[in-house]
Amino acid sequence: MTTAGWIMLTLSVVTVLSLLTFCLTKVLSLPPVEADEALVSNYEVDTGDTEDAD
Amino acid sequence: MKQTENWGSRIGVILAVAGSAVGLGNFLRFPGQVAQNGGGAFMVPYFISLLILGIPLCWAEWTMGRYAGTRGFHSAPGIFAVICRTPKARYLGSIALLIPLVIYMYYVVIEAWCLGYAISYLDGSLMLGNNPEEYDKHLTNYIGGDADGSLLTPSHYDFLGILLFTFAINFFFIYRGVTKGIETFCRIAMPGMVILAVVVLFRVLTIGTPNPEKPDQNLVNGLGYMWNPDFTALTSSQTWLAAAGQIFFSLSVGFGVIINYSSYLRRNDDVALSGLTASSMNEFFEVCLGGLITIPAAFIFLGVAGLTPLVETNSSFVLGFIALPNVFAGMPGGQIFGFLWFFMLFVAAITSSLSMLQPVIAFFEEGLGLKRHAAAAILGLISTIGAGFIVFFSKNTAALDTMDFWVGSLGLYVLAMIQAVIYGWIFGIRRGHEELHLGSHIRIPFFMQLMLKYVTPTFLLVVFIAFGYETLPKKIAQLSENPVVLASFIFMAIVLGFLLLLVHIAGIRWIKEGRFDAMFAEQGVDLMEKAAEDSK
Repeated sequence: MTTAGWIMLTLSVVTVLSLLTFCLTKVLSLPPVEADEALVSNYEVDTGDTEDAD
Repeated sequence: MKQTENWGSRIGVILAVAGSAVGLGNFLRFPGQVAQNGGGAFMVPYFISLLILGIPLCWAEWTMGRYAGTRGFHSAPGIFAVICRTPKARYLGSIALLIPLVIYMYYVVIEAWCLGYAISYLDGSLMLGNNPEEYDKHLTNYIGGDADGSLLTPSHYDFLGILLFTFAINFFFIYRGVTKGIETFCRIAMPGMVILAVVVLFRVLTIGTPNPEKPDQNLVNGLGYMWNPDFTALTSSQTWLAAAGQIFFSLSVGFGVIINYSSYLRRNDDVALSGLTASSMNEFFEVCLGGLITIPAAFIFLGVAGLTPLVETNSSFVLGFIALPNVFAGMPGGQIFGFLWFFMLFVAAITSSLSMLQPVIAFFEEGLGLKRHAAAAILGLISTIGAGFIVFFSKNTAALDTMDFWVGSLGLYVLAMIQAVIYGWIFGIRRGHEELHLGSHIRIPFFMQLMLKYVTPTFLLVVFIAFGYETLPKKIAQLSENPVVLASFIFMAIVLGFLLLLVHIAGIRWIKEGRFDAMFAEQGVDLMEKAAEDSK
């Protein structure tokens, strides 16, 4: 493997890992979404069989 | 009882979207594309395409999906009608149903191949020694590549059983719904895939030089085969096209999936950070796992002479189902690693195939008023007919390749272009910028919106035209040369016609039910405000 190859490999992997680490750190450090903050959409689809889904 | 579907957690939707994107392409298509298009130099156009095409289009889909979802629509026809503020736009949404539906029909078959290969490793029937021809023969026989209808013979009943099981797994989770089905599965499957892939990666990275008579066939040279850059490739348009295409297909843009998944978000749920996270997860699987496993492992056992002809076929199937089994045959503990590898591919395929079913289920429910079990049953029937078509016309995978081209490749470009234009020119980038930042945990510069309006569609159009120029003449010629290709094309056209009819019916229902009244009312307010401004 050439030096340029090592550089391309390292840069690519480090770039992706850095981006992923940044994103996951931000996401996982956010406070959980409270259930009572959830807004229901304007229209509710009546599927009628919710109890059967389990 | 009234029911609304929402994602149960922030990480749940991220894992689901990432799961939709992560699939066979990350581990099989990407490595081959890199090796064939300048090695490490490929990453230059790759990352540029990620920034100009992939991530912006993802954000556009996430934004539009959530916007329409909070207005009561979760299927593409309804979403497009809301975004474009006219019920007529719903017909464009038919494409966003056609694509995931048709892709599911052949993807589930490939998924069954992966499970079948995993089982074959468990029982040792795939340890055929260092002989690519044997694996080629095995694959051709396994998938019925020799003759149409050959999969319906007794010797292939085991594969049909695996296919049936694969269908059952998909519909079991899709029936359970967004939170209890898709999200629950992805919360287990995604970390599971990381573990499986890292185990195989560790095996590959520690393999050393397994054949002392061929000391050049080692890990470092294997990495070099893939990553050593040939910067002259950057002067070829083919390299840039390949990179753009890879990003495009890899991130599942234009599948009609992200726009459906994000419609289950609440109004103040973040889309900017979530979209970026899902995309970066996909890149992790692609670059950090796929990029370090497939080609290096194949090089170590096959060498340049053995690997290059396989890479040049430009076929993910050849790399995944011929080259790699050869690798596992020569690897110490290869039977277990082969099982882990193909089982991981199977799990990756399920997270993707689930995402292809949900957009259509959502449409059947909200467009036609069907209950979930009825929607699932009808979708099951339609997709079984399609998969059955693929299974029967298996010779040289003609039916599969035809559907993969017209819907799974060309169709994606068409839908992505439609979505880019709708977002940039109808929804509007100012509104898009505001919507994107509702509940957002990161700030995206407005420059990204300008890129979405002007650069992304132009780049996409260039790629689309080049793709069509290179491939369409040959594919059109095949329609008259091969009756199976023609029959597959007609089949897809019939499915599209059927969906257009259903979309037409759905729109009439929505108008009668007053589903668009709020939209018309908003339009009325906008028109009044505009009239008031104009009169000043």
